[in-house]
Amino acid sequence: MTIGLSHYLAVAAILFTIGVFGIFVNRKNVIIILMCVELILLAVNINFVAFSTHMADLPGNNPMAGQIFALFILTVAAAEAAVGLAILVVYFRNRGNIAVENIDLMKG
Amino acid sequence: MLTVISFYLLAFVAVAAAFMVVAARNPVHSVMYLILTFFSAAGLFILMGAEFLALLLVMVYVGAVAVLFLFVVMMLDVDFVEMKQGFLSYLPIGALVAIVLLLEMLMVGAAYVAGETKTVVVRETGVSNLEAFGQVLYTDYAGIFEAAGFVLLVAMIGAIVLTLRDRDGVRKQDATAQMARTKETGMEMVDIEPGQGIG
Repeated sequence: MTIGLSHYLAVAAILFTIGVFGIFVNRKNVIIILMCVELILLAVNINFVAFSTHMADLPGNNPMAGQIFALFILTVAAAEAAVGLAILVVYFRNRGNIAVENIDLMKG
Repeated sequence: MLTVISFYLLAFVAVAAAFMVVAARNPVHSVMYLILTFFSAAGLFILMGAEFLALLLVMVYVGAVAVLFLFVVMMLDVDFVEMKQGFLSYLPIGALVAIVLLLEMLMVGAAYVAGETKTVVVRETGVSNLEAFGQVLYTDYAGIFEAAGFVLLVAMIGAIVLTLRDRDGVRKQDATAQMARTKETGMEMVDIEPGQGIG
């Protein structure tokens, strides 16, 4: 028995689903929601790397491209975490809580 | 055989830790489980032969992003027990969406596997992973690479600008004002009458 492409895709699918599930369930805690977004991005990264390492090396298509894009996803995820947490800190300073349900009070 | 065992071990740990990120009561524990998830995912990357990305994942996520989360969780003085209260009321809709999503993805996977007769295994190449990475990153994707650097710069400046604040009543050192002092502004000559003192 060998571990093939479909095994990695199954792991990524389960991780993605857990991420979406977490966003639905933790409606009050923005920090957990941000962590769930990171989980979703990790699932996408696993998919990219799995396809990249299992792809045939044909002329005109470079299998390394998948890993390059995983690197860029990593970059954007890090930037997103930094800016998201900064917004969270500013929001906490102004309101004293971080409940998602109250964010729609900021109108105008 | 060793590959199979390590795959199932890493995959199980990754999935279980990811579930605990969602289910943990304390956000600090959530961050710890997130770190465990990323460690296991890095192990999966190594199994697939993407060593560079595995190390990058450990460095960027465990070294930077997870610590950032930990700082913010500990810095914000929030009642986290109260925040968990909506958990059970949102559970049915969340579980429904998750099950539908998972079924859809597994069906796509099943259709893919059914169409594929032979198992695809990790490809062996002559050059190392890092070498192959560098050969493409700095040539074909040089423009996007610089754009990624720009994204990081913008994120850094944005985070600093967002969280920087001027508080009133804080005594700070102003080097320019110190250097601009002259003898006239910094010193006062008082002519004291004998036997009277000042004030």
